[in-house]
Amino acid sequence: MWFVRIDMTNRSAAVSEAPAKYKYLAGRAMTSTLVADEVPPLCHPLGPSNKLVFAGGITTGTPAPTSARISVGAKSPLTGGIKEANAGSSWAADLAVMQIQALVVEGQPAEKGKYWGAYITYDGKPKVEFFDATEYTGKVLPEVFPKIYEKFGDKISICSIGTAGEFGYGNSGVVFNDLAKRPTRYSGRGGLGAVMGSKGLKFLVLNRENAPGVHIEDKALFDEGRKKMIDALRTHAITKPKGALNSYGTAVLINIMNEAGGLPTRNFSSGRFEGAPKIAGEAIFETNKERLGKELYNHACSPGCIIQCSNTYHKVDGSEHTSCIEYESDWSLGANCGIDNLDHVAELNALCNAYGLDTIETGVTIGVAMEAGVIPFGDGEAAIKLVHEIGKGTPQGRILGAGTETAGKVYGVKRVPTVKGQAMPAYEPRAVKGIGITYATSTMGADHTAGYTIAPEILGVMGKQDPLSNEGKAALSRAFQATTAFIDSCGHCLFIAFAILDIASGYQGMIDECNGVLGTKWTADDILKYGAEVLKKERAFNEAAGIPKEADRMPEFMLKEPLPPHNQVFDIPESALDSVYGEL
Amino acid sequence: MKIDVRLYATLARFAPSGSSGRTFEVELSEGSTLGDLIHFLQLPIDEVKLHFVNAVHQELDFPLQNGDEVGIFPPIGGG
Ligand code: SF4
Repeated sequence: MWFVRIDMTNRSAAVSEAPAKYKYLAGRAMTSTLVADEVPPLCHPLGPSNKLVFAGGITTGTPAPTSARISVGAKSPLTGGIKEANAGSSWAADLAVMQIQALVVEGQPAEKGKYWGAYITYDGKPKVEFFDATEYTGKVLPEVFPKIYEKFGDKISICSIGTAGEFGYGNSGVVFNDLAKRPTRYSGRGGLGAVMGSKGLKFLVLNRENAPGVHIEDKALFDEGRKKMIDALRTHAITKPKGALNSYGTAVLINIMNEAGGLPTRNFSSGRFEGAPKIAGEAIFETNKERLGKELYNHACSPGCIIQCSNTYHKVDGSEHTSCIEYESDWSLGANCGIDNLDHVAELNALCNAYGLDTIETGVTIGVAMEAGVIPFGDGEAAIKLVHEIGKGTPQGRILGAGTETAGKVYGVKRVPTVKGQAMPAYEPRAVKGIGITYATSTMGADHTAGYTIAPEILGVMGKQDPLSNEGKAALSRAFQATTAFIDSCGHCLFIAFAILDIASGYQGMIDECNGVLGTKWTADDILKYGAEVLKKERAFNEAAGIPKEADRMPEFMLKEPLPPHNQVFDIPESALDSVYGEL
Repeated sequence: MKIDVRLYATLARFAPSGSSGRTFEVELSEGSTLGDLIHFLQLPIDEVKLHFVNAVHQELDFPLQNGDEVGIFPPIGGG
């Protein structure tokens, strides 16, 4: 396995054998360990000492289903703490088959305003060449991606940033291509696009030709595990073909969160949005059917995914408008802004993808701007104008591009839904207490994927728990956070969890696959320990970066303002929040 | 008694409008339970997974009252 280090100070690259001490690390475990080991916790996130790290998971690049995931890590400009942001793309599989365990981008060029691309090929070992990419900056991504395919051919995968990353925004993602070569798959959260931009790096282009593939230590065990995983994904009602995810996409959650009174609406002022059915996954499905004259099922974001949850949304004339409207984006740009017009939501989504923005941070920031009276709630056209301002870097756009917390300060808003500087996702903590604990305590800032207690609290996956009850929720969040840290390292998309948390043989399949690839003998206990170790490293980095346990708290308005329709506040005691990591 | 009902996702085909999430009214005899409502609507029970009464998930033996709002879902997931 290789370590590829790209030093942008002088545009040099070093390819070396991966250090033995990192042998079993992949995905999030790899990126977080490298950031913890090599990035000074007190460094400026946009300065020369920060490092941007890319790593596929343990099974990435193998025939394991739904496993082409990439972890991107660095110190976050948004939270000031450690960050891992995960995406699905052929780019992940290409990195893995080139046997690159970690790709590390470090340093910073002295010259400002110039951007570079790195083109990585395989010839006995990975090889890096640089090209001048300045001409591709200041443009929207759908214009730029085709030019890079033209330059390097069809077989490549692309990682890039939009203008948001070039401007150094706290709200800026790292984007990867999907299977139709669109710039749509985002490691969106935490401002990692700005870290890449700060290094003068616009592209990382991979060409997998002649790559040796992933080495699998015990092929028979791997195949056994893979089969168990495939069986679980193909039988579970949520993940099976034409099941919930494949038919309606993740946005199928809009209605259920609304029905449960936990869909954050108009900047977290209600748990119910009267326009929910108009923007839900079912409405996306029906609108496509009407406009295309046939049913359209979802596609895979990355090679080898058998769940296939990614949608495309079509205009009145049948042409494609955007891909993919995820639940989080649909909610943040829709319900959270009081917008119930699906065409407006689609345009906002397309613009975030074009400018390189995180849809969650964007929608929550606009919600705060609406609260401040900058534009009215529900005004989709005005929201579209604001996103153009962000993407073009106007003075107001820069304030909003800095993220929700900064925008809240500038506009004097007190209802600012963030934890550790990161905007909250699409589940209202006052109506679903366990996810609130995850938001408060995660090393990532407010992040639903870090410990998705929604599965038992709302969806009835892995049993059924009362979302309004506080009982046992700290332990629940802790267990989910540790399991997730492993899943984020194993290479599978987190959505496998719906199947494997209900189907025990699927869970064992994941462990068998990993043992097969690495030649390890891990048990279910071992993988929880592995996940807990990752969390401990991240936590230690954050503490050294000046983020104490007192930062594991909800914004004050959630403790004081009862949220309709349940009229509850977030009432998890501080001692319970502290126990999540205190008892890890 | 009168109950406001919403059916979602694949269950919407059992709603009078065929539309997901559109409210319709059902008249049930006093003392009916959530299970009785699902039976009345002829929903295939293996397709029914999550059921909310007035924004709270309830089991099938839950007694309904006049004016209750009920939302019913098949198994769904997302993120
Ligand atoms: S389940 Fe969805 S998000 Fe996950 S890898 Fe497949 S298409 Fe991508």
